[in-house]
Amino acid sequence: MNPALLDRYIAGLLRYRWLVVAGATLVMLVMAAGGQFITVSNDHRILFGEDNPELAAYDALENTYTASNTALIAVAPKQGTVFTRETLGAIEELTEQAWQAPYSSRVDSLTNYTHSEALGDDLIVGPLVENTASLSDSDLRRVEEIAGNAIELVGRMLADDGRVAGLAINFIPPKETHDAAVVELNEYLDGMLTEARAGHPEIDFYMTGDIVMQRAFAQATQDDLEKLTPIVFFLIVAVAFLILRSITGALSMVVMILFSVGTAMGLAGWNHTVFSPVNAGVPIIVMAITVAQSVHISTMTLTAMRRGLDKMEAIAESLRVNAFPVFLASLTTVIGFLSLNASDSPPFHTLGNYVAFGVACTFVYSMSLLPSLLAILPLRVKLAAPDEVTFFNRFGEFVVARRKPLLWLTVIPAVFLLLGISRIELNDNLPNYFGERYEFRRHSDYIIENLTGLESQEYSLNSGSEGGITDPRYLQQIDAFAEWFRSQPEVTYVRVFSDTMKRLNRNMHEDDPAYYRLPEDQALATQYLLLYELSLPFGVDLNDRIDIGKSSTRMSVVMRNITSNEQQQLARRAREWLQDNASALSTEATGLSVIVSHITERNIKSMLRGTLIAMTLISLVLVVVFKSLRFGILSLIPNFIPAGMSFGLWGYLFGRVGIAASVVTVVAFGIIVDDTIHFLTKYLKSRREGGSAADAVRYAFSTVGKALWTTTAVLSAGFLVFAASGFEVSWALGILVAMTIMFAFLADFLLLPPLLMAFDRRKL
Amino acid sequence: MTDRCCRCFTVRATALFVLFPALAGMVASPALTQESSPEETGLAIAREANARNDGFGNLTASMTMVLRNRQGQESRRQMRFKVLEVEGDGDKSLFVFDQPRDVQGTALLTHSHLTAQDDQWLYLPALKRVKRISSSTRSGSFMGSEFSYEDMSNPEVEKYTYRYLRNERCGELVCSVNEQVPVDRKSSYSRQLVWQDTDQLRTWMVHYYDRKDSHLKTLTFAGYRQYLDRYWRAGEMTMENHLTGKSTVLSWTDYEFGADLGASDFSQTALRRVR
Repeated sequence: MNPALLDRYIAGLLRYRWLVVAGATLVMLVMAAGGQFITVSNDHRILFGEDNPELAAYDALENTYTASNTALIAVAPKQGTVFTRETLGAIEELTEQAWQAPYSSRVDSLTNYTHSEALGDDLIVGPLVENTASLSDSDLRRVEEIAGNAIELVGRMLADDGRVAGLAINFIPPKETHDAAVVELNEYLDGMLTEARAGHPEIDFYMTGDIVMQRAFAQATQDDLEKLTPIVFFLIVAVAFLILRSITGALSMVVMILFSVGTAMGLAGWNHTVFSPVNAGVPIIVMAITVAQSVHISTMTLTAMRRGLDKMEAIAESLRVNAFPVFLASLTTVIGFLSLNASDSPPFHTLGNYVAFGVACTFVYSMSLLPSLLAILPLRVKLAAPDEVTFFNRFGEFVVARRKPLLWLTVIPAVFLLLGISRIELNDNLPNYFGERYEFRRHSDYIIENLTGLESQEYSLNSGSEGGITDPRYLQQIDAFAEWFRSQPEVTYVRVFSDTMKRLNRNMHEDDPAYYRLPEDQALATQYLLLYELSLPFGVDLNDRIDIGKSSTRMSVVMRNITSNEQQQLARRAREWLQDNASALSTEATGLSVIVSHITERNIKSMLRGTLIAMTLISLVLVVVFKSLRFGILSLIPNFIPAGMSFGLWGYLFGRVGIAASVVTVVAFGIIVDDTIHFLTKYLKSRREGGSAADAVRYAFSTVGKALWTTTAVLSAGFLVFAASGFEVSWALGILVAMTIMFAFLADFLLLPPLLMAFDRRKL
Repeated sequence: MTDRCCRCFTVRATALFVLFPALAGMVASPALTQESSPEETGLAIAREANARNDGFGNLTASMTMVLRNRQGQESRRQMRFKVLEVEGDGDKSLFVFDQPRDVQGTALLTHSHLTAQDDQWLYLPALKRVKRISSSTRSGSFMGSEFSYEDMSNPEVEKYTYRYLRNERCGELVCSVNEQVPVDRKSSYSRQLVWQDTDQLRTWMVHYYDRKDSHLKTLTFAGYRQYLDRYWRAGEMTMENHLTGKSTVLSWTDYEFGADLGASDFSQTALRRVR
């Protein structure tokens, strides 16, 4: 900006400071009023972009068979097996009540399992257990025997050891009112379980399923928005106060935070933005950046006053010096966050856009509201001794003196950390996104441990012709495919149509176990199936397993504790098996777990473009600012490496990382590049005035050392609070970004200066 | 409050008889002449609709069933249908499947009863055996469609209790809206709302409510034609499932009344002879 114009602006601003405060307050209030329209989503599907191919495949499968969300209830008597009148009775009651649950489309349980048997020429089809109270001991033994041998039940509806039974409820909540419907039916399920627990104190009940997860999803969002935000607020204000040592300074930070967050979240509300745990951190990130940006202006005002300047002059000087660097820092941060729009996962767009908007607000407020406030509020400082040597002056000397060992001391650990990247394994698992503080996670863990897995791969196996599912060759192939899956160690349960046909064939031959095999004649198989279908009561039909043309069947493979990588490998092996043994059936695995197992890779790929664009733009900004291609490029080193070091450290510490990893680099980049801008601006100023590289390093440390330390402390404190989030994506993002900010600080202080002194020998 | 309510029902019931001059004349029930309760009016309509259908003896027809899912796939089934009226009991009916080819010649025989559970048998030509279907309900999906057997058949009056709700326009006609609740507590429906035109008592629409009383399916009728100057039969029945988004269309053709059919054509032994 033209310096004369800037001076006129500052003079006007200080004269009309009351008007500015009033105007800014009005703007903020109008914007913040929108906050009431913010809603929280509980639909995990919003994690996936609309053109996500895995999602499209899953939608096609659901449209062919039946779309549904599931709740899985585990019924676990405290002692013994589930084959008692009490426990079976509890399951029967729950099954009956589950049918009453809103939006329920289907209920499968141990008791309503459609058992079929032959009685002369009659095919008897009915629920396995009915009127539990009237069952005799021998009836119970019969039920136990049938259930224990039912391949369709064991590993899903019945634990291998018979101690836990399952009840699966399918729901089809209406798309238009999805969120409200999920809340409603979760309340119903809660009430159902509360009643069951009261009525059966000898039985434990657990509940999981995507419908229950959706509530945890909303809960996690709410927790982060409502619980973490105040923590961050007080923490940041405390840090700001400690650094500024001025009540007015800290108070002005509080006002800045309220205004920036209020405006940004207010706009989100006016736009009827729906938040999810992935982007519930918007206010926290905006807060941290607000303080980091405005602290520069406050610090310098206070410093100038300590030097003896009058308050108005001090504010004017601070604005003059800081206007451009703060503008640049805001610009690069905005670019970094806006590039999140490249992500395949829509919640990250919201995160990027509103943080970017918040940062822009911060810039505007810190150029108007903040100086006006400082001018209005009482501000007193102690005058500094003229020859005071600050810590950062001494630190600058130290860096200049020990540049060679420092270079090695930083490069070697950096390389070591970078090597840790190879230990990173991409892994996403929806239930594990939630910390153990959430009941959903604890119950899921119990169910995985004691009943069945929660990861599943769905296959739509197409026979290639209408009515082809009863073709003996097709049946043999899907049966062999299922058997192959059952022999895989990861797999706990397989649901396949051929099992039904085997059972029917046995029923048709007076329940002779020798006929538990696939029928050999297609017409016969079709007629068996027709008979069976006509016998099935309402709600347990085969329409969710067989398509309407009887050309495809759906196979479900359930796995327990499997990583994204293992999941993909299993899908790959399955594809190869199909190619080798039943090439006509070739198809891809689909399902929620499959989509999730690809989500991080897909996001990394989509973010790669965003990251490249952001980095190019930011580098261009730097080249223009420094008026030097060389420094523009050199400045990238301390900004690229820190993200790599964080991933490396993460690799050593935790190893597994999920979708958060895809956005860390670009989020951190926009923030940390500010340090380099501040440092290099000062460095180049000194160099261009004729100083040596060493002089320039000393000058840079003495002018911006403290400010950089301050912003690093504030920003890393802000992001570190995410470590307290119960949602893995936020948690990992917070820690990774905080680490990156700290590494960047170290790189700017310990690596960049030795590099400059080693390579920048030419005269400018 | 109660008073006003009763009066409004009375007014409606009276209005019904203005619109149903035939009904008032034909049903010689003294309870209906002056003030009748919604339950009585509902039952009267059902009885009348049933009575108008009485006496056809027997009929044959062809039916095509087209299933559609959310993915836009379609699948077709074809069958022939015969029904025999039985004095003092439910009708006897027979479906013979023609398409898909693998079920060709398979035949489903139903002896429905007024209140007792229906009997059903299926003849499997590939096995050359008749199998009895002993399911306790007939509300499961019929051949993978959105219809259950129950939805397709002409229900016996005794299987429901009735409550007349109101009259309203339905297209060009005026329809009575009747609520019917299945007597069988094992039914998959909590209730049904039935729209019948006041002129000919043809059913135009049925809303099915599932056991948690949410609107699960809607059945609409179209292409009514009158046979033998008396019996109305729909050409097309469309069932939409609101929960799953699937739908099924039944198209009826070749209605023939008064063929040479007798009880022996609807026996278990007759099943083996159908082609």
